[in-house]
Amino acid sequence: MKASILLAALAALAISSAPSLAADATLVKVSLKDHHFVPAEPTAPAGKPITIEVTNQDTTPSEFESKTLRVEKVVPGGGKITLQIRALTPGRYRFFDDYHEDTTEGFLVIQ
Amino acid sequence: MLGALIIVFREVIEAGLIVGIVMAVTKGIAGSRLLVALGVVAGLIGASLVAAFAGALGEALQGIGQEVFNASILMIAVVMLTWHNVWMAKHGRELANEVRLVGDAVRTGSRSITALGVVVAVAVMREGSEVALFLYGLVASANSTSRELIEGSLIGLALGCAVTAVTYLGLVTIPTKRLFTVTTVLITFLAAGLAAQAVLFLQQAGVVTALGQTAWDTSGILSDTSLFGRVLHTLIGYADQPSVLQVVVYAIVVTTIFALSKAFAPKAPAMRTRKPATAG
Repeated sequence: MKASILLAALAALAISSAPSLAADATLVKVSLKDHHFVPAEPTAPAGKPITIEVTNQDTTPSEFESKTLRVEKVVPGGGKITLQIRALTPGRYRFFDDYHEDTTEGFLVIQ
Repeated sequence: MLGALIIVFREVIEAGLIVGIVMAVTKGIAGSRLLVALGVVAGLIGASLVAAFAGALGEALQGIGQEVFNASILMIAVVMLTWHNVWMAKHGRELANEVRLVGDAVRTGSRSITALGVVVAVAVMREGSEVALFLYGLVASANSTSRELIEGSLIGLALGCAVTAVTYLGLVTIPTKRLFTVTTVLITFLAAGLAAQAVLFLQQAGVVTALGQTAWDTSGILSDTSLFGRVLHTLIGYADQPSVLQVVVYAIVVTTIFALSKAFAPKAPAMRTRKPATAG
């Protein structure tokens, strides 16, 4: 019985898992090149959901992570990922590559 | 080298703690050691697969495969831990009082420890895949510092195993009767914390958008990336900037496990008063 509940839950999850991109989300594009974020300080307006697209131009994997944005996602070498961020208040939100935190960081500037 | 050590250690702490707790919980139950070992091996194989197919996984389900996968395996762990606690509420007393005498309980019990084996596998797979990707990056970039970094990683890994040992040895000093209570509480909060992590993945995937605002910010007091914060993060699900939904789900899981355990607990006083009477 437990197993069937679990399966039902997973099925429900799979069905509901089509990305529900908010229509008014701001798209922010960031690239990783030689273990640096380009641009290092992208900007986005406050009060609207944000979609961050991270392209990894390096051949090694990275993990895009941010405490304040509350995200953590592996970006394979040469890969591309997207992340959905809630509407934010103005400020600077730090993000980094969890595998190279000391050298690879950037800030999402919300205005 | 220290950087690599810290990165790897940070990743393996969570798995290390969970394996230590499971070992303490299943101590003395026939076949439990083998089960933990199988869990670790399955987790390592899973981690390698996840790391090897990270690209494909990331692109699956229109780009949110990684999140859905992580959330799903975390929820499997939550269900397994819940099941274990409910089972313990139902049979723990028999097990503590007359260990391995009740054939039926032991059989059901072995199914309950299988659930914990799955939890071990999930924990090792999740953390292991990140370590594998990190190490792959080191090996692939193959510059002069790679060797040092790999050495650092190995020390980090060894420290992670030390966490398992310390957790296990610490828990088993607790008298058996008390240990059941302690591990029940530990597992309840562990499960709630894992559920809150699953929420995080669903939120970043955009699957769930409700209650996304930050509930509190205690990063100035105790960062959950610090060593102590990290341990608390695993043990009780501490987060320094959780979303409101994470807090809500956390509370729901704690309440549910508590309520289910209560509901399935045998009418204890009636069963126990008979025994001393016949014995004496």
